[in-house]
Amino acid sequence: MRYAMAVDTKKCVGCSDCVVACQTENNVPIGYCRDWIVEVTDGTYPQLELEIRSERCNHCDNSPCVRCCPTGASHYSKGGTVLVTPDECIGCGACIASCPYDARFPHPDGHVDKCTFCLHNRVEKGLKPACVSVCPTKCMYFGDLDDPNSEVSVVLKKRKWKTLIPEAGTRPQHYFLI
Amino acid sequence: MREELIVSGRMNHLVDPNLHIWHWHIPLYLFLGGLAAGILFFASLYTILGKENEYRTAVKIAPFITPFILIIGLIALFLDLNHKLYFWRLYTTIRLESPMSWGAWTLMVVTPISFIWCALNIRELFPRWKWPHSLLDTAEAFFRKNIRTLSWILLIFSLILGVYTGILFSAFNARPLWNTSILGPLFLASGLSTGAAVIIFMSKSHRERMVFARIDLMLIGIEIFLIVHMFMGFLASTQVHIDAASLFLGGPYTTPFWLFVVTLGLVIPAVLEFLELRGFRVPHLIAPTLVIIGGFIFRFIIAYAGQESRWLY
Repeated sequence: MRYAMAVDTKKCVGCSDCVVACQTENNVPIGYCRDWIVEVTDGTYPQLELEIRSERCNHCDNSPCVRCCPTGASHYSKGGTVLVTPDECIGCGACIASCPYDARFPHPDGHVDKCTFCLHNRVEKGLKPACVSVCPTKCMYFGDLDDPNSEVSVVLKKRKWKTLIPEAGTRPQHYFLI
Repeated sequence: MREELIVSGRMNHLVDPNLHIWHWHIPLYLFLGGLAAGILFFASLYTILGKENEYRTAVKIAPFITPFILIIGLIALFLDLNHKLYFWRLYTTIRLESPMSWGAWTLMVVTPISFIWCALNIRELFPRWKWPHSLLDTAEAFFRKNIRTLSWILLIFSLILGVYTGILFSAFNARPLWNTSILGPLFLASGLSTGAAVIIFMSKSHRERMVFARIDLMLIGIEIFLIVHMFMGFLASTQVHIDAASLFLGGPYTTPFWLFVVTLGLVIPAVLEFLELRGFRVPHLIAPTLVIIGGFIFRFIIAYAGQESRWLY
């Protein structure tokens, strides 16, 4: 099993509903977030191009954060998701420095926090991650890449996609439809 | 033109707009760890070579400061942790892929040996020292008998400690400025150089000072060589590495780096030591002082600038 997410940059309007849904579902402390919206403007007026992306942890196959964690708190879990065990985390910050996507942050309780793909609280109960389930434009897809009929496998077969900084060698599992 | 905006509220403390997860604690520790590694390296080296009495300061006096600086370094590391009460988790596992893990274990070896080393030489400071318990006399006799083995262990682990201070940074692919394996040998050379500087500072023997001035001069040469190669490597690499190097080549860190680290911390002490070795009368405390301050600033600049360098996407 290999969980992955895809975001359609052509449909995303950047409403930030996914951000708020995540904060609510996961009790993310006020002032922090596990996912966020990036707007990229390319070119000069009037030749402008806009890309909107809903970003979060890329749950990489080759995660630098798991590699550099001195206690094993950062680990691979079910379906290749990358999780942090708060009781093993010493808050050294190595994983935060090691993430090329800056997807991790220090939780006020001391441990490091990040996107979990809502693995324990939703996905294992058969629900979609909070961000995917609330998206008003239905631009987000989640599922198992090993299952050719999952919605994420189907959409990645149909559409052109990219991942963020694949040259960093992390093998990210968060796809962007372009 | 390309403009990238985070429009939702990603204002994660210490991450945006620039990563700033490591403050003064880490560079302070890296400086102190490198310094302790340098002093202990020379102490164990000259013990193995059987020159304890020729280089008395290096082998018997200078190591007295290492337990103190290691403890200050460990306190800095502890203060840096956000989840402090869980620090013991470092010692429930060995993770070979994580430089921080083997750094923690290396400190677990080097720190006790630095205490043992001081205990073995305590009579240099207090000639009539007596241990309060006969068990400690037995322990002293044991370590004295096995001093060569102890020296070899210390030699190897002080080198690991010195290299590790640089590898800690260079293992981070996400920060292009740190992501160069030259940082390992560079921090080791800098640590050994500051160690030699402390020995020059403390030594009362002209001959010993001259030997360590020569060693320091050689180490400064190696450091300059490695710095030049580090920038050559960056400039011949990808755009993110070129951007990282430009922090020092016209960017905000240009003046502090080239003035304080390279000129005041390497070139001027090298010239002074060279003149001293050629027989000129130079106040002998200036060069080691500059080397120590330069090494200190160097760690801070690399730690802070590295967190400003990042991948583009």
